[in-house]
Amino acid sequence: MALAPAITDVEQLKGHPAVARLLAWNPAAVEGVKFDRDEMTITVERSNIRGACALLREDPACDFRFLSDITCVDWFPAEPRFEVIYHLLSISKKERLRLKVRLDGESPAVESLTPVWAGANYFEREVFDLFGVRFTGHPYLRRLLMPEDWQGHPLRKDYPVEGYR
Amino acid sequence: MAHMTATPVLEPGQDRTMILNMGPQHPSTHGVLRVLLEIDGETIVRIMPDIGFLHTGIEKTCEAKFYQQVVPLTDRIDYLCPMTNNLCYVLAVEKLLGLEIPPKAQWMRVLMNELTRINSHLVWLGTHAMDIGALTVFLYCFREREEVLKLFDAISGQRMMTSYFRVGGVALEPPLDFFDRVRKFAGYFSSKIDEYENLLTGNPIWMMRTKGVARLSAEDGIALGASGPTLRGSGVDFDLRRDMPYSSYEKFQFKVPVKQEGDVFARYMCRVAELRESNKIVQQALDGMPEGPIKADAPGVVLPDREKMKTQMEALIYHFKIITEGFAVPAGEVYQAVESPRGEMGYYIVSDGTAKPYRVHMRAACLANLQTLPKMCEGRLIADVVAAIGSIDIVLGEIDR
Repeated sequence: MALAPAITDVEQLKGHPAVARLLAWNPAAVEGVKFDRDEMTITVERSNIRGACALLREDPACDFRFLSDITCVDWFPAEPRFEVIYHLLSISKKERLRLKVRLDGESPAVESLTPVWAGANYFEREVFDLFGVRFTGHPYLRRLLMPEDWQGHPLRKDYPVEGYR
Repeated sequence: MAHMTATPVLEPGQDRTMILNMGPQHPSTHGVLRVLLEIDGETIVRIMPDIGFLHTGIEKTCEAKFYQQVVPLTDRIDYLCPMTNNLCYVLAVEKLLGLEIPPKAQWMRVLMNELTRINSHLVWLGTHAMDIGALTVFLYCFREREEVLKLFDAISGQRMMTSYFRVGGVALEPPLDFFDRVRKFAGYFSSKIDEYENLLTGNPIWMMRTKGVARLSAEDGIALGASGPTLRGSGVDFDLRRDMPYSSYEKFQFKVPVKQEGDVFARYMCRVAELRESNKIVQQALDGMPEGPIKADAPGVVLPDREKMKTQMEALIYHFKIITEGFAVPAGEVYQAVESPRGEMGYYIVSDGTAKPYRVHMRAACLANLQTLPKMCEGRLIADVVAAIGSIDIVLGEIDR
């Protein structure tokens, strides 16, 4: 089974309900789209992520009621350095969607999704703990897995695998 | 050890309340979960789980390994269902590679995955009942679990950390009498489930300790990201095996048990019914096991047979290259989720085109399920916390990774 090339053209993917809905809401919110290996990815402009998620959650054609996961990828030394990844699931439509937000390496911060999904709480704390990405408006942004007094953020690419000795 | 001090995670509110520290070395927290309770008499005002005591940085370690070397690491995340984690990881890598898996390997995976679910649910049932005070059930459950572990031992050489699934198929052909042994086990196992149910389901003490305790509504469950039996016990009819099938699950007939009450008893009933369904899937997998190879035909990715290595130069070269250099995976990203015994287990893998994953992230079902604990327990009694923790079936290895 050969891999089909990824589709990144917005025009071709306009038919997807989530893309159509976001474009109708705010064309500036969609920075890019990608359809690769049967998975849909939308890159959302960083200040619109909470609005986009609330919209996709409530819209009956999308119905992404379930937040599967939040994580982050560090593209050090490239800029924008961080990509925060949101995996949404629609239980009724049996569909998944990936949202991405790009953040710069200087002071990575993005709006918290806890007002939309209460379950974003631990996921965002984990990303803050391991990557140092701040989530503004989070009710309790403290380290989750590492000890309270830990220095640095271990999953960053400039953090050595063996740790600092 | 700032983690161990009474950090101000919970400040005492009024002078009526006190802070009680439960764990991390509490037997009913199933490992190293620390729970901070603010209590007013016996009633819980606030509850806050504190995790991270078992954090081993597996996600960071994965970034330094070849793709095939990550498989043994995945066993160690959720040590009660190693093969479910293996499956999720190899499915994700196969999706990145665009690799087609032969039918026999897919059916072997389903068979082993369901045995793993039985294993995991038996440990849950035994320990959960023991937490609440029914000590006998533990001995009964571990009697059958031992049989499952012997089957794992026979097929992979390991009782717990099996690493049996590999990218492109499964590691080995099963031993000659393996299917007969599984058939024998599946034949008598449903009568053993009746035994457990005889001990618990109609037991008045069990019902008093579980019915109406630690309720979770479907809306709260979905908003907090709960999945698996925790969510199905609250009336949400969703199972990834049926609704978003992977590894040939669409070819199996099974029911998805759903209960509406959302209490500890409902979650218990869901899981016990799942034991029966898993046993049915095991029998179907045995009856319909296809013939054919157990590994995909992908010389650069799948290790060649030992016999070929001794006779063919090409096979020897491929073996050497896979072991020393790994195999390159086309750049891209995938998210693969499977239904683990605890809920949605997901692997998000980013490849940059080299032989080592750029990023591996595990979506732990337990981490999200644990967030439901305050909703379940606040306003209830301390003794119910133990029942609630047991009913969401936590495994700290998976939560902390």
